[in-house]
Amino acid sequence: MPPLDVDATVLENRPLSRDYNVLTLSAGDVGAHTVAGQFVMVRPATMTDTLLRRPFSVFEVLRDAAGTATAISILNKRAGRTTQALYDARVGDRVATLGPLGRAYTPPSTGQEAWMVAGGVGLAPFWTLAMRLVAAGIPTTLIYGARSGAELFYLDFFERLGVRLVLTTEDGSRGEHGRVTLPLDRELAGRDPQSIMVYACGPEPMLEAVAHVATRHHQPCEVSVERTMGCGLGGCYSCVVKVQHGTGTPHYVRSCISGPVFDGAEIVWD
Amino acid sequence: MARDLSVRIGTLELPNPLISASGCFGYGLEYEDVTDLSALGGVCVKGLFLTEREGHAPPRIVETPAGMINAIGLQGIGVHRFVKEKLPLLRERGARVFVNVCGTTIDEYAEVTRILTDAGGVAAIELNISCPNIKEGGIQFGCSLLGTGQVVEAVRKVTHLPVIPKLTPNVTDVASFARAAEDAGADAVSLVNTFLALAIDVETRRPTITNVLGGLSGPAIRPIAVRMVWECAREVKIPIIGMGGITNARDALEFILAGATAVQIGTANFVDPFVWGKVLDGIDDYMARHQVERLSDLIGAFDPTPPKVVHR
Ligand SMILES: Cc1cc2nc3c(=O)[nH]c(=O)nc-3n(C[C@H](O)[C@H](O)[C@H](O)COP(=O)(O)O)c2cc1C
Repeated sequence: MPPLDVDATVLENRPLSRDYNVLTLSAGDVGAHTVAGQFVMVRPATMTDTLLRRPFSVFEVLRDAAGTATAISILNKRAGRTTQALYDARVGDRVATLGPLGRAYTPPSTGQEAWMVAGGVGLAPFWTLAMRLVAAGIPTTLIYGARSGAELFYLDFFERLGVRLVLTTEDGSRGEHGRVTLPLDRELAGRDPQSIMVYACGPEPMLEAVAHVATRHHQPCEVSVERTMGCGLGGCYSCVVKVQHGTGTPHYVRSCISGPVFDGAEIVWD
Repeated sequence: MARDLSVRIGTLELPNPLISASGCFGYGLEYEDVTDLSALGGVCVKGLFLTEREGHAPPRIVETPAGMINAIGLQGIGVHRFVKEKLPLLRERGARVFVNVCGTTIDEYAEVTRILTDAGGVAAIELNISCPNIKEGGIQFGCSLLGTGQVVEAVRKVTHLPVIPKLTPNVTDVASFARAAEDAGADAVSLVNTFLALAIDVETRRPTITNVLGGLSGPAIRPIAVRMVWECAREVKIPIIGMGGITNARDALEFILAGATAVQIGTANFVDPFVWGKVLDGIDDYMARHQVERLSDLIGAFDPTPPKVVHR
């Protein structure tokens, strides 16, 4: 399915906290073809002096009663100028939305459980992934960490879906005090090798730690990386990640088309 | 469409003047889902050396006002893999393939060109003597009149394909380089490559990209690039391929009026991979509005008579 460029309208802008919001975009056609883990390149039409689009995981795919995708949302965290504009966006604003792009998460093998590990805004790909996993009847866990309890979002959604939740916060205000790798490491101990598919998304040091923990416990692991991206289509070679297959020579590969989802064991971390 | 958008570069005829800029369109095939490669005037692929190159460590780009700075470091698969893996597919898609040839020595430029010529199915050779991001190769030839002439002469001897040295804007008098290229037997020149640039992260006091320096592209450079194309057009008779910050038909027409026979689009393709059709339609609209039958009639049609004062 070739990517589409939709001149989308902001249908809703829901602030979740001082820094986070969920922006709903009228890009149902993009949503209809999105597989969990894929992303869109967006650019608010109100931005005049920045040029490049920014990559965002497709967060939710919204559907009408007949099941037809009508919109997508993105989970946005205010950091730079584009994310500020997306935080401030108003209903009716236009946002160019190109997608779906990139490699999706691989489904678990038969008999495997699925554990999704999210850090902060790294929750973004797990709404669609959870929907897919639960629909396939796969026992699913979300290990979700944030700075504080106030930044743990959509817990109701995952609970209602029947996803087992394990929460951590850096300030101890909710769930376990510390990082997601603590419960991950503890709970993976003693589990059969190759019995749990670990999916991770979040800051890169977290991805590295999760990949190491998974490998140490002989569990497969896929991570979704976020590198500074130029085009999202493989044109510019900006977003490269160093990857090593087996014992071969490590090479830079483009995370937009060879990723953003990679086998965690194959990434050569900086 | 009755209007004729075709242009000629030496012996090469292109159905329209739009060519993808090297390094901004991968090897072309990355874009086949969103662009009909045969509908472009030409597809210029990422710079190629004899052997594979890894490029610089990321971060490789930073966005700046109306532009971006890049230091990719010419990551690439090398000419042998290109000929084996990419060229046959590009040919099948009907693309007119421009190859951006790199070298660390004059011999390497000639050898890469010879291999491409022997392979067949390449439309033109663009000589990258202007990449600001790598220490060895390229720019040291492009910043010397003698070096520019030597690379062109050496390549000229090994190919019948159009030879198009790509000029750097990081010199005082770019037109003298166009002249050196013409004198050495170039069929055309292309310009501009990126402007050497620096963006500092004031919080950390560190560079924003690993290579420290990079090349500035995008709309920010366009007026300087148009000026340089105009200067070259007055200096040489060979065709000029103009580029630098083109995002729409008006931008492309500025270059054509300044004297460019064809234009390349780089950074704008990152922002909008569907830019090609929009620019082409816009040029066609302009021609209809101005009753121009052949695009070639617009090449160099810039009239430097001062503008009329507009009274409000
Ligand atoms: C990410 C990136 C990679 C580039 N790689 C090459 C290259 O491999 N060879 C080359 O001759 N020019 C390269 N360029 C320069 C472009 O081809 C073009 O000359 C320049 O970007 C100006 O055009 P633009 O403003 O339309 O991008 C690159 C530019 C960018 C932004």
